[in-house]
Amino acid sequence: MEQITIKIEDLQKSYNQLTVLDGINLDIREGEFVAIVGKSGCGKSTLLRLLAGLETYDHGNITIQGKKLTSLNRQARIMFQDGRLLPWKRVIDNIGIGLSGNWRPRALEALKNVGLEDRCDDWPSKLSGGQKQRVALARALVHEPDFLLLDEPLGALDALTRIEMQSLIESLWSRKEITSVLVTHDVEEAVAVADRVILIEEGKIVLNKVIALSRPRVRTHQAFSVYVEEILDRIMGRSNDSDLRLVSKR
Amino acid sequence: MTPTLKGFGRQFTPWAIPSLILLSWQILSWQGVIPSRILPAPTAVFQAGVTLLSTGELYDHISISLWRALAGFLIGGLIGFLLGLFNGISRISELLFDTSIQMLRNIPHLALIPLVILWFGIDEMSKIFLVALGVLFPIYINTYHGIKSVDKGLIEMGRAYGLRGAKLFFVIIFPGALSSILVGVRFSLGVMWLTLIVAETISAHSGIGYMAMNAREFMQMDVIVLAIVLYALFGKLSDVIARYFENKWLRWNN
Repeated sequence: MEQITIKIEDLQKSYNQLTVLDGINLDIREGEFVAIVGKSGCGKSTLLRLLAGLETYDHGNITIQGKKLTSLNRQARIMFQDGRLLPWKRVIDNIGIGLSGNWRPRALEALKNVGLEDRCDDWPSKLSGGQKQRVALARALVHEPDFLLLDEPLGALDALTRIEMQSLIESLWSRKEITSVLVTHDVEEAVAVADRVILIEEGKIVLNKVIALSRPRVRTHQAFSVYVEEILDRIMGRSNDSDLRLVSKR
Repeated sequence: MTPTLKGFGRQFTPWAIPSLILLSWQILSWQGVIPSRILPAPTAVFQAGVTLLSTGELYDHISISLWRALAGFLIGGLIGFLLGLFNGISRISELLFDTSIQMLRNIPHLALIPLVILWFGIDEMSKIFLVALGVLFPIYINTYHGIKSVDKGLIEMGRAYGLRGAKLFFVIIFPGALSSILVGVRFSLGVMWLTLIVAETISAHSGIGYMAMNAREFMQMDVIVLAIVLYALFGKLSDVIARYFENKWLRWNN
């Protein structure tokens, strides 16, 4: 059994009396891919930003590799929904942000891994939305972080590009098995890439579901859609008696 | 679809209207429609330019004016830039200086001419001081605003990717503010010429503005018009230079 590398205990966070996270307890094992889903405003993005150390928490504890997280999480790299590429730097130089020494070969390698090595001298404004996010992914991975934090990275992409990106993320993840946390509102996306799906509602974890499917995940498998529907039903507050529904479907 | 101009057409079109005006001005002068004591013909202005150039007088006036413009621009621009930089980055500096600067900014700097003459006489110092003062505020405002309005998300990204201090400034904050800073530079180049013209016209014993005022005493219309044409050419030249740097540094924006 792998070691627990992120330990979250009774985590609380509020903005001006508005409670966003209300007693979150969660353990993440090394190499695990966890997806956090929930309706917008449920606090899932806040949880991710707390893990990145971009914000401070009011109460509770986040322990990263045995140490309490008090400031920026230097072992983690976060990928944002809006990509946040610097428009005044060419693609390759964007990947080189924060790297030192002879970073160019590494940056090129990272760019190759996302299939964009021929765009390395372009300005970000010349790229499509999906390509921008691929560059942002390469930029996060080139640092070889211990933790990859993904904040709805595919939220702004069209459905086809999204599926393409999901399998890219899955294949890159399975190469190195970096401990990853993905925040998304797309349940299918969560089931497609994660080992475990966490559902947050009103600042609390209400579902913690291990996805016992082999990789690469096949969306057309029945087991896949059973997982998706079960989580969706739980979110929408429909009857969550999935066994009963399975019987009636057959 | 509109046809696009290429090569020569593209180079020539912006100059079509000035050339046309010049041509009609010349013809009307020849015909005697415009009397030479109201407005001398372009050829007469050109002739005056050649004469003054051969005596070396024109060169002296131009070089002293250019020197004043440049010195004032560099001093005022540097102070404005540094103030904008500090107030944009540091909250304490902003609290301390911004209100005072905003108050001073609203005083028309040309209103200080009487005071400046009493302080510095009509020497170089007074002209350079006025130009520097005029240039300072547009550069200050645009630098300050540019730094304040750098995308917070990009700064957060830089921090999360390990950039701090000077690195964060040079990789994200300064390039993010650059387009706004260059708007300030361009605007202040206009202010620079305006200030210099007024200052030289009112109080000077050299420079293009002095040349024009001196010519008025002797009713030398051609020299007066020559001075105005020179200002127009220098204005255009500084715009071309500013544009060049915009294209060079903001290439990613095109």
